[in-house]
Amino acid sequence: MIATPHVDWLALSPSLELLGAAGLLLMVAVFTSGRTRKLCAAAVGFGGFAGAFALAIVVGARTPDGAAIMSDSIYRDRYAALAQLLVAACGAIAVLISYGEQWRDEHLAEYYALLAAAGAGMIFFVQAANLMTLFLGLEWFSIALYVMTAIDIDLIGSLEAGLKYLIVGAVGSATLLFGSALVYGITGELSFNQIAAAGHAHDAMLVVGLAMIIVGLAFKASAAPFHMWTPDVYQGAPTPVTSFMSSATKIAALAVTYRLLLTAFPADEHLWRWAIAAIACTSLAWGNIAALVQKNVKRILAYSSVSQAGFMLIAIAAANSLGVRAMLFYLIPYSAMSLGAFAVVAARERELGAPVTLDNLSGFGWERPLLGISMWVFMLGMLGFPLTGGFIAKFYVFSAAYEAGWWWLIVVGVIATMISAYFYLGIVRSMYLRDAAELQLAPAGGSPPREVVLQAGVLICVVVTVVSFFAVQPLIDVCRAAASSLPI
Amino acid sequence: MSWLTTILILLPIGGALLVAIAPLSSYGLGSLAALVSLIEVAVWITAVGKFDFGNPSLQLSQQVSWFADLHVSYYVGVYAFSLWIVGMTVVVMAACVIYGWWVGRDRGRAYFALMLMLTGAIVGVFTAQDLILFYAFFEAMLIPLYILIGVWGGPGRLRATQLFVIYTVVGSLLMLAAIIVYGLQEGTFNLTEMGPSSSTWLFLGFVVAFAIKSPLFPLHGWLPETYRESPPEVSAVLSGVVSKAGLYGLLRIVIPKFPGPVHDWRIVLLVLASISLVYGALLAFRAPDFRGVVMYSSLSQAGLIVLGLFAGNDLGFDGAVLQIVNHGLISASLFLIAGMVERRCSTGELRLLGGMARGRPALATVVMAVGVIALAVPLSTAFAGEFLILAGVFQQGWWWGVIGAAAMVLAAMYMLRAISGVLHQDVGPAVPDSALDLRLGELAVVVPLLVCLLGLSAWPNLISGHAFGGNHAQSVIAKGLP
Repeated sequence: MIATPHVDWLALSPSLELLGAAGLLLMVAVFTSGRTRKLCAAAVGFGGFAGAFALAIVVGARTPDGAAIMSDSIYRDRYAALAQLLVAACGAIAVLISYGEQWRDEHLAEYYALLAAAGAGMIFFVQAANLMTLFLGLEWFSIALYVMTAIDIDLIGSLEAGLKYLIVGAVGSATLLFGSALVYGITGELSFNQIAAAGHAHDAMLVVGLAMIIVGLAFKASAAPFHMWTPDVYQGAPTPVTSFMSSATKIAALAVTYRLLLTAFPADEHLWRWAIAAIACTSLAWGNIAALVQKNVKRILAYSSVSQAGFMLIAIAAANSLGVRAMLFYLIPYSAMSLGAFAVVAARERELGAPVTLDNLSGFGWERPLLGISMWVFMLGMLGFPLTGGFIAKFYVFSAAYEAGWWWLIVVGVIATMISAYFYLGIVRSMYLRDAAELQLAPAGGSPPREVVLQAGVLICVVVTVVSFFAVQPLIDVCRAAASSLPI
Repeated sequence: MSWLTTILILLPIGGALLVAIAPLSSYGLGSLAALVSLIEVAVWITAVGKFDFGNPSLQLSQQVSWFADLHVSYYVGVYAFSLWIVGMTVVVMAACVIYGWWVGRDRGRAYFALMLMLTGAIVGVFTAQDLILFYAFFEAMLIPLYILIGVWGGPGRLRATQLFVIYTVVGSLLMLAAIIVYGLQEGTFNLTEMGPSSSTWLFLGFVVAFAIKSPLFPLHGWLPETYRESPPEVSAVLSGVVSKAGLYGLLRIVIPKFPGPVHDWRIVLLVLASISLVYGALLAFRAPDFRGVVMYSSLSQAGLIVLGLFAGNDLGFDGAVLQIVNHGLISASLFLIAGMVERRCSTGELRLLGGMARGRPALATVVMAVGVIALAVPLSTAFAGEFLILAGVFQQGWWWGVIGAAAMVLAAMYMLRAISGVLHQDVGPAVPDSALDLRLGELAVVVPLLVCLLGLSAWPNLISGHAFGGNHAQSVIAKGLP
């Protein structure tokens, strides 16, 4: 008889709970209709993510010493718990953003079910401890995201975006899978710990496999030059889906990348540090320069997310404990700013019934003070201005680079920030410095929808962005506890 | 441990939040903002009362850990010289807020909230004793300024804001890189504990940022459009107060912390300062409008102050601090007067103005009085400041003194040209007969500034003799301002 490993249900609980919520949402789709469906679906979705959030906290609190469990297939540690907590928070806010969207009634509950399933996949993905669970998690959330991107059949470009994402994403997954196969082939091991212990560090096949794994993960993190899908998909997907993708996917991909590189390939550190630094610099250059010429706000934010990935990759390239802390800290304000910015875009979209461009953002700041000020905060945060957590995050990233001895990465980061000032402030300029009289497009008529739920989501994002500037110490303590799970 | 400095920073910021949410009319919000800025002045006076001017070290300080792993803390406090600069700041800001209230800026809620937020940020810059905190305030100044210029500015405001922001962001990010490297090398960001550094790169990172802010030739490219397109009271804040952040940075950070590079680069900086001084004065002499004269004279004066700072002796430092305060008050008054003239004649072009003295005694008196102080007539406080600076820089070489003295003559020329262009000669085509004399509200804004200037003229030693505790500026700064 084959001995089965002991199953640690608590470690799996965040992901299973969210999967349960997804199942429940499918029931909602069957048994309710109309307004009840809208309300129930959103409530169950939000509850599911809130539950996962709470369970991640419980797991984190009860796991002072992390370890790989269940035959080295998943990790139960604080690093994974923090990433899960962030993903769950992003999902919950994405539900708030989705609530007011004009979905077709028949897809409504399915949409939330997919959202919950994608969240569950990411939560499983970030605790992956071997190449098999890694790939399983990756495909799990990717397939859910492909469908979500294409779900709004009334939206021009949504289907196209879904198809593009599917094809490019499949290439990324295939590359990752191929790389995993090579690594398995040379080491005969799947779990991260054993790969490192197998000691084939300087074998060409392992290095090729490592390179392909990095490429596969870079696709998901939308780091240049593997970001080709990002602008089109971010622009084409329904805005609430974009908001979730830009925040949660990035958390999952970057958290796993750091863990995988440090745990499985410590002996090749001198190689992957350079690779990651190169990808970081490419992302910073490409993302910021391409964003300069864009007119569509979602596209600008898409390129901005490429450049933000570049900043977080600097922290990975640093490969020190300050770097882990820096990346984890960076993810907190970044995901809040990204979710919030797309939420504001979504609100404007619903008001106009048209894609949001720099031109038709004119006067928005004066018409909707709360959303305008929030967008202002998010843009300053992305730019790394003080009074937002974005500043502290960049400060930590640069400090990590300096501590690793790579001060030139600071120079690259600083130049990238200078360039990004143009387009981030360009959005503020559109909102405040031009009058509504310059509007190209009259609003759809009547006063704008009130959108209390969306505004609540935006407000949470603003609070997180600003509080992460002031309350750095508690957040950094959490990040330090999480970082101590990694072998560094 | 004293809360006073923190109150000086947080009072206007709290006021800004209050203005942002208070259910009042635009006029009510303006009066609330004016009240807050006046209370700020009162708090500053309290601080002066508690300050020991015989003591050259940091006072009224407060320190709270912010994040410990990188040794960053919220650390504020004042030295004697920063106390004077803060005083100038709160007085000028109060005058500008009241002016904005008097002219009734539209979208008052945003306007007054931003003005108050700006006040808090500037006071923060002058009191922060932790480099990261200093940087945070330094950048935070930009946020309200961007909107203040961009929304309430003139027709070319979009280009002006863009230029201004690009210049300053480039400078401050270079400074951020320098701060990170310097701080991690020292193992702390606490300015009072950081030791001297000999790195030329770090030195340049700071100097470029401060030279852009001051501004110093050849980094003054943002100045003309920004000062011309801003609303007058924002120009007053920019040239009177915000630009002083650059000069303060040189005094607080560059000179004490980088003694080696300062010594090596002294000649370069003195040359750049001299060029700013003379070139600015010549541009001011050729400027077609009143505001042009004032803004280029700011460039010139920044050059003069840098000359004093890099003279590197007691006279130079004392004179520089006095002149920072003088120029803040003078240029704020002149920009506000420019705004008042522009309101009456809808233009500031000197060839369209003239003859405004006739029948407008208050305007004539105020313009003449401020103008005469600005051109550093003997017995004025500006004369005292410039004399100290020139005496100080003379010790570096007599030729610097000659350049400075020549610039004083040029200052007299451009200032007299501007005064007579507005007040004297024939009545200009743009001056309507119905143009009123200065109203009570306007006088209430300018006269207090003028009174400060006259007071300092009577007793310039109040600042120049009480800026570094015991009058040994050079030795205090050489110790790195403990």
